Amino acid sequence: MANVQSLQGPRGTKPRRRFSGRNIMIYGTLLFVSLYYILPLWVMVMTSLKGMPEIRLGNVFGPPVDITFQPWVKAWAEACTGLNCDGLSRGFWNSVQILVPSVILSIAVASVNGYALVNWRFKGSEVFFTILIFGSFIPYQVMLYPIVIILREMGIYGTLWGLVLVHTIFGMPILTLLFRNYFSSIPEELFKAARVDGAGFWGIYFRIMLPMSLPIFVVAVILQVTGIWNDFLFGVVYTKPDLYPMTVQLNNIVNSVQGVKEYNVNMAATILTGLVPLIVYFVSGKLFVRGIAAGAVKG
Amino acid sequence: MSGPSWQMRLFRHPHAKIAAIPMILTTLVVFVGGTAWTVVYSFTNSKLLPRLKFVGFQQYDRLWSNSRWQVSIENLMLYGVFALVFTIAIGFLLAVLLDQKIRFEDTFRTVMLYPFALSFIVTGLVWQWILNPEFGVQSMVRALGWEDFVFNPLYDPDIVMFGLLIAGLWQGTGFVMCIMLAGLRGVDEDIWKAARVDGIPTWKTYLFIVVPMMRPVFITTLVIVASGIIKLYDLVVAQTSGGPGIASQVPAMYVYDYMFTAQNLGQGLAASTMMLLSVLIVLIPWAYLEFGGRKHG
Repeated sequence: MANVQSLQGPRGTKPRRRFSGRNIMIYGTLLFVSLYYILPLWVMVMTSLKGMPEIRLGNVFGPPVDITFQPWVKAWAEACTGLNCDGLSRGFWNSVQILVPSVILSIAVASVNGYALVNWRFKGSEVFFTILIFGSFIPYQVMLYPIVIILREMGIYGTLWGLVLVHTIFGMPILTLLFRNYFSSIPEELFKAARVDGAGFWGIYFRIMLPMSLPIFVVAVILQVTGIWNDFLFGVVYTKPDLYPMTVQLNNIVNSVQGVKEYNVNMAATILTGLVPLIVYFVSGKLFVRGIAAGAVKG
Repeated sequence: MSGPSWQMRLFRHPHAKIAAIPMILTTLVVFVGGTAWTVVYSFTNSKLLPRLKFVGFQQYDRLWSNSRWQVSIENLMLYGVFALVFTIAIGFLLAVLLDQKIRFEDTFRTVMLYPFALSFIVTGLVWQWILNPEFGVQSMVRALGWEDFVFNPLYDPDIVMFGLLIAGLWQGTGFVMCIMLAGLRGVDEDIWKAARVDGIPTWKTYLFIVVPMMRPVFITTLVIVASGIIKLYDLVVAQTSGGPGIASQVPAMYVYDYMFTAQNLGQGLAASTMMLLSVLIVLIPWAYLEFGGRKHG
């Protein structure tokens, strides 16, 4: 049987010559463009490994002659913002403290939203969903101050939990959309069968929907970890200096007007801050792409 | 009435309704309520704290006669037009290049997309360093022999927005490339075969057949990129802090400064209402095109 196929002759497109003019053009352009994308990462890493005397000699693009890890140590443990000189580590731990509850809470709320919107529609549920989606286009600046008032009334303005709540609110549109689209692809018969067996709202959610949708939870986690880690505006507005997330502290360290500029320390601090989303990106690979595509291409 | 009474409907599936409370509160209190609050209070003369003392359009008059706001708007328009055109053009071109059945597609895509994982703060700080006149691109080209080469966008008020644009494109084009690539992969293979049989050159097929077919993808991208541009804030804070002088100020910065540091709340709220208005100008035609034609329900 296997021979029948091979008798039909070659299939597929005609193989191209590897070094056709067209290929050289394509690969040439792609390599050139890649340079633009790679360059900043290269410069960041190289600068952070040089000593200040070597930086003053110029050429940010060259590799270091004497590799030193001192800038990394300084950025992590000694760099100053205002009066605090305990480095970026403070911001890092603040960010972790903000990140973990925000990711859990925002995904928990949004997944239940998506589930209710698909399987437990009530009068007006679609209206709320539409407002939610359009709300995601409203500039944050419009809602900044009203939220300050809400948080102040609740007594959590300037605290960690205030910021967690803000991340939950602003993560809701995209995540709800993500979960709603995913849950609506799960066959309804499954839901109906569980209903017949007497399972209720939470029973179906925890025993059927949750176990069946682990991939979409992973996508949501990727989306939220990078998004919340990279946030700057909410961190500045809704927390106090000793709770500032890493991005805010990084900006304060690098753009501080006092003292001599230590470019190597600045770049080490910048990489350190970018490291978490970069690791998430490189580890998650295709799932990251899926996450952003889910945000972009709506049904 | 044949259906269940409204009381019964309201209290049927109580758990589902309790679970929807966070969503209902977010939409009604934060999105609708918050927006309405901001618009209403933009017509008051609130200073440090919100006060309901209406002054008509006074805040808006002051806003539009403030040179800093005028510069902010001009900057945003300049940046916006270039960012929109270049992000979409470059994103599409890169997607087309990656769609040529090339090898190492995944590697190229990874390289182009990684900046999107980074924050605008990190992006701004890296490019601030690369564009540093003493050490960065300018000094390197000078060291190569062009002694009077000048490329100093971050300290030149005339071109500072282009310095930001270089960083913004670096961060965002990979994302658009990904959406476009997904769109290209969605085009039916038969269309390509038909075009090839008819002997239409590849570039013509892209331009006159594929691009029109990808219209929804382009529109979605346009809306996402445009609403991102209006929010432009972190990048400017990190890269230029709005300088030199006020040369790279943007509206989001104006809002923040008046609300939280200049203690002129009414002015900040008026500025943010103008930002909302500009989003509506982008959003309403889109919503009309997307949902206006067909009824969905």
